[in-house]
Amino acid sequence: MVNYILRRILGLIPVFFGITLISFFVIHLAPGRPTDLQTTLNPKVSYEAKLRWEKMEGLDKPIHIQYIRWLEKFIKLDFGRSYIDDRNVSEKIRERIPITLLLNILSIFLIFAIGVPLGVISAVKRESFLDKITTVFVFFGFSVPEFWLALLLMSFFGISLGWLPISGIKSIDFEYLSLGSKILDVGRHLILPVAIAAFGSLAGISRYMRSSMIGVINQDFIRASRAKGLKESEVIYKHALKNAILPVITILGLSVPGLIGGSVIFESIFSIPGMGRLFYEAVMARDYNTIMGVLSIGAILTLLGNFLADIAYSYADPRIRISKE
Amino acid sequence: MNIYPKNTGTIFISIPLMLAVFFLSSPLIAKDSQMLSGDEPAYGDAIVVSSIGDAHSLVPILASDSASSDICGMLFNGLVKYDKDVNIVGDLAESWDILDDGLMIVFHLRENVKWHDGAAFTARDVEFTYKKLIDPAVKTPYGGDFERIKSLDIMDEHTVKVTYKEPFAPALSSWGMWIIPEHLLKNEDLNKTTFSRNPIGTGPYKFKSWKTGEKIELVSNHEYFEGRPYIDRYIYRIIPDEATIFLELQTQGVDLALLTPLEFTKQTNNKFFQARYRKFEYPSFGYTYMGYNLSDPKFQDVRVRQAINYAVNKDEIINTVLFGLARITTGPFMLDSWAYNKDVKPAPYNVEEAKRLLKEAGWADTNKDGWLEKDGKLFEFTVLVNQGNTDRLRCAEMIQRYLKEVGIKMKIRVLEWGAMIHEFINKRRFEAVLMGWFLSRDPDNYDIWHSSKIREGEFNFIGYKNDEVDRLLVEGRLTFDRQKRAEIYHSIHRIVNDDQPCLFLYSPEVLPILNKRFRGVEVSPIGIGYNFIKWYVPKDEQKYR
Repeated sequence: MVNYILRRILGLIPVFFGITLISFFVIHLAPGRPTDLQTTLNPKVSYEAKLRWEKMEGLDKPIHIQYIRWLEKFIKLDFGRSYIDDRNVSEKIRERIPITLLLNILSIFLIFAIGVPLGVISAVKRESFLDKITTVFVFFGFSVPEFWLALLLMSFFGISLGWLPISGIKSIDFEYLSLGSKILDVGRHLILPVAIAAFGSLAGISRYMRSSMIGVINQDFIRASRAKGLKESEVIYKHALKNAILPVITILGLSVPGLIGGSVIFESIFSIPGMGRLFYEAVMARDYNTIMGVLSIGAILTLLGNFLADIAYSYADPRIRISKE
Repeated sequence: MNIYPKNTGTIFISIPLMLAVFFLSSPLIAKDSQMLSGDEPAYGDAIVVSSIGDAHSLVPILASDSASSDICGMLFNGLVKYDKDVNIVGDLAESWDILDDGLMIVFHLRENVKWHDGAAFTARDVEFTYKKLIDPAVKTPYGGDFERIKSLDIMDEHTVKVTYKEPFAPALSSWGMWIIPEHLLKNEDLNKTTFSRNPIGTGPYKFKSWKTGEKIELVSNHEYFEGRPYIDRYIYRIIPDEATIFLELQTQGVDLALLTPLEFTKQTNNKFFQARYRKFEYPSFGYTYMGYNLSDPKFQDVRVRQAINYAVNKDEIINTVLFGLARITTGPFMLDSWAYNKDVKPAPYNVEEAKRLLKEAGWADTNKDGWLEKDGKLFEFTVLVNQGNTDRLRCAEMIQRYLKEVGIKMKIRVLEWGAMIHEFINKRRFEAVLMGWFLSRDPDNYDIWHSSKIREGEFNFIGYKNDEVDRLLVEGRLTFDRQKRAEIYHSIHRIVNDDQPCLFLYSPEVLPILNKRFRGVEVSPIGIGYNFIKWYVPKDEQKYR
C-alpha cells in the first residue's frame, strides 16, 4: 500500500511541471505585456523608457528562457515579484488566502451540512411533495445569477431591514472593537457572501447525494437489512448512507483546489479582498508572476485533492482496497 | 472588474495635478468656507471615500493609477499647485522667478515645512526628486518633462534654480510633481522600497494603515504648514462594484462617491438622499472622441470627415447616453480653459449637408441598397470600443444609426483594453476608435498632435500631420506670455477643428455626492476638493471618533 502511495506521489511531480509549462506558454499568448500597464498611452513615458523597463524585467528574452528563469526561482520557492506593484507574489497571495479560505471553508461546510441531508431526504421521500419543493429550491439556487441575488439581498437585509452590513469584511472602526465584537463583526459581514455562495452550489451536492442514495436504497443488501428487522433509521443512516456517500467524498476531494479560488464577480460585489480579484487583476495586467503563482498553487492543490480523494475512497471502500493489493 | 473600470480607455496625463485636484488646498480661499450660524468649525470626525480600485504604490513619482494618485495627493505636495480658478499658485514653493525668457526658474521654498517624521523639508529633497525622475532605472512615467532640464542647482537650503535646455512653458505646471524625502529614500531602490506601503510626506494627511484590497487610512497632520485639517481621519474604502457603492450610499457607509449620470438624475432625488447628501457637478478635464486612422483611404478626404461631423447629432447623444450631463467639445482643450477657442462653434446637426459633402467626395449610392459606394467599394468601417465602458458603447450605437442615415455602414467591435492597445492601436490595425483623453491643466498636447509622435506606442496613432499645427505646437511650448500662448492654442483649435482628424464628441461632467454633514464645501472650475483641509463637521453631527 505504501509503495502504491509513493509511486502515485512521484507520478504527480512531472504532471505538475507539465501544468506549469503549459500555463506559462498559454498566458504569454495573450497580447500585451506587463509593462503596458504602466506605460500604455501615458504620454509621459517615452518609447525608450518602455523598452528599458522591459529589459529590466527580462521580458525581452525568448519565452523558453523566461520559463527556465521562472522555474529556477520557483524551485527555491521564490514566486518572484508582481509587475503591478513590485511586491513579493508570495506576500500578495498570503494576504488574500486567509479570507478566501475562510469563505470557502464556511461555504463548503454549509453546502455539505445542508446538501447531504437534503439529498438523503429527497431520496428517501422520492417523488413526494417535499422532494419536489427541494428540487425547485436547489435548482433555483443553481440557475439564479449570484451577483443579482447578492445585490437583491444586500438591498433587502442591508437597507430595507438594516440587519446586515452591505459590503466588506470588517466595519470601519474594527480596530476599536473588543475581540468578541471583532469576531461577531466579521461573522455578520460574511453571512450574505457565504449564504449566497452555498446556495448556488447546493444543487450539485444534493442531487448527487439524492441519486447516489436512490441507487443504494434499491440494492438487495438494503432490502436484506430491512428484512433482518433493523430500524429504518439504522438502515438509512448507517448502511445506505455510508455507501451512498462515496461519490460525495470524491467531490469533496475535488473541491480542495476550489478552496483557494474565488469568484471575481462575487468578490467585487462584496468588496472582499480575495484570491478571485487578485487573479483576475493579475490576468488583466498580464502580471505573469502572480498568475503563475496562483496557478501553481492551484495545480498542487488539484493534484493533491485528487490524490487524497483516491486514497480516502480506497480506505472507505474495502472492495477497492482489496483489489489494489 | 479590472483596475480601470468605467474609465478604461481614458488616458492620464500629468496625473498629480489633475487627479490630486480633489484634495489640494489653497491658502487663498481660506476665508471662503461657508459658516452657517451655529455651526462652528470643529476638529474631528472621519470622511469615508469610496474607490473602485486599490492603490498600487505610494511612492508618488511611481503612482500611475488613479487610486495611488488620490492617496498621494493627500500625503505629498508639489512645488506648485492649482487653485480653485485653475491658476498656478505656490505649494511647497512660496514664490518663484521666471528669468531669461523662461530658460530659468528660481523657486523660493517655504521654510519650516516638516516631513511627517519631523525632519525638515529642504532644497535637497527637490534635487533628489528631480534626480530620481530622470533616473532610467526608476519606473516613473513622469520623467519626460524633467528631461528637458539642463541643470538643477541648490542655491541654499530653501532656494532651487532650475535651468532648462530650451524655454518650456509647461515647466511651471510640471513642478506640481510631488516631492519625495531624500533622507528616507536616498539609499532605496524606489521600485522595490517598503516606502511604497508606508509613505512619509509633507502633506495635510499622514499615512496610518493599508489593508490591501480593503481600505487605506490616513490621519490628519497637525503640523501641516497650511494649518491642521479639521477632519481627523480620511478613510479610503475599496469597493470595486458601482452598484455596491450606491448601496453603501444608502446606508451611509460611504460619505463621498462619484455618481453615474443615471444615478445623478434619476436615483438620488428621493427624500432619503435629499435629506442626507449634497450633489455637485463640475466639468471633467477630459473628452470623448472618435478617431480615424488617417492613413486609411476612406478617411483621407477632409470632406468625408466633415460630413460625419454634420451627420452625428451630439446633443442627442449627450441627452440620451449621459442624461444631459456633458457638453459638446470642438477641440483638444478643456472647455473652460484659456486655451479653448470659444469662437469655434460645433457643427450643427445637418443630414443634408453631410450627404452633400459625401457626394462631393465621390460617394454615391449607385445600386440603391441604402449604402454609399465609390469605385465599387462599399463605405463600411469598424469602430473599436474598449470593454468596460457602457457609455462609450451606447455612444457608438447612436453614431452607427446616424451614419446609416447618410449611407455609411459602421460596425462596432468591443475589445479588451490590453488587446486593443497592443494589437490594434499600437500596430495601427484599426479604421476608427472611440476613446477619450484625460488632459493635464497645461494645454500643451504636443505628444498627441505632433506629426513626429507616430512611433509604435506613441499617441498620435491616428496619424495627424499638419505643418502649421506642428509649428504652433512647438511655439506653444516656448512661449511664456499667457496672451500669446492663448492665441497659439486658439489657432491650433481652429485648424484642428477644420481638419476634423477625429470627431470631437463631448466632455462629461464629474458628479460627486457628499454627505451633508461636511461643511465648507464649494464647487469651482477645478472641483470641490481644492479646500479639503477646510472642510469640517460640526461637533454635534460628527459620526466617527
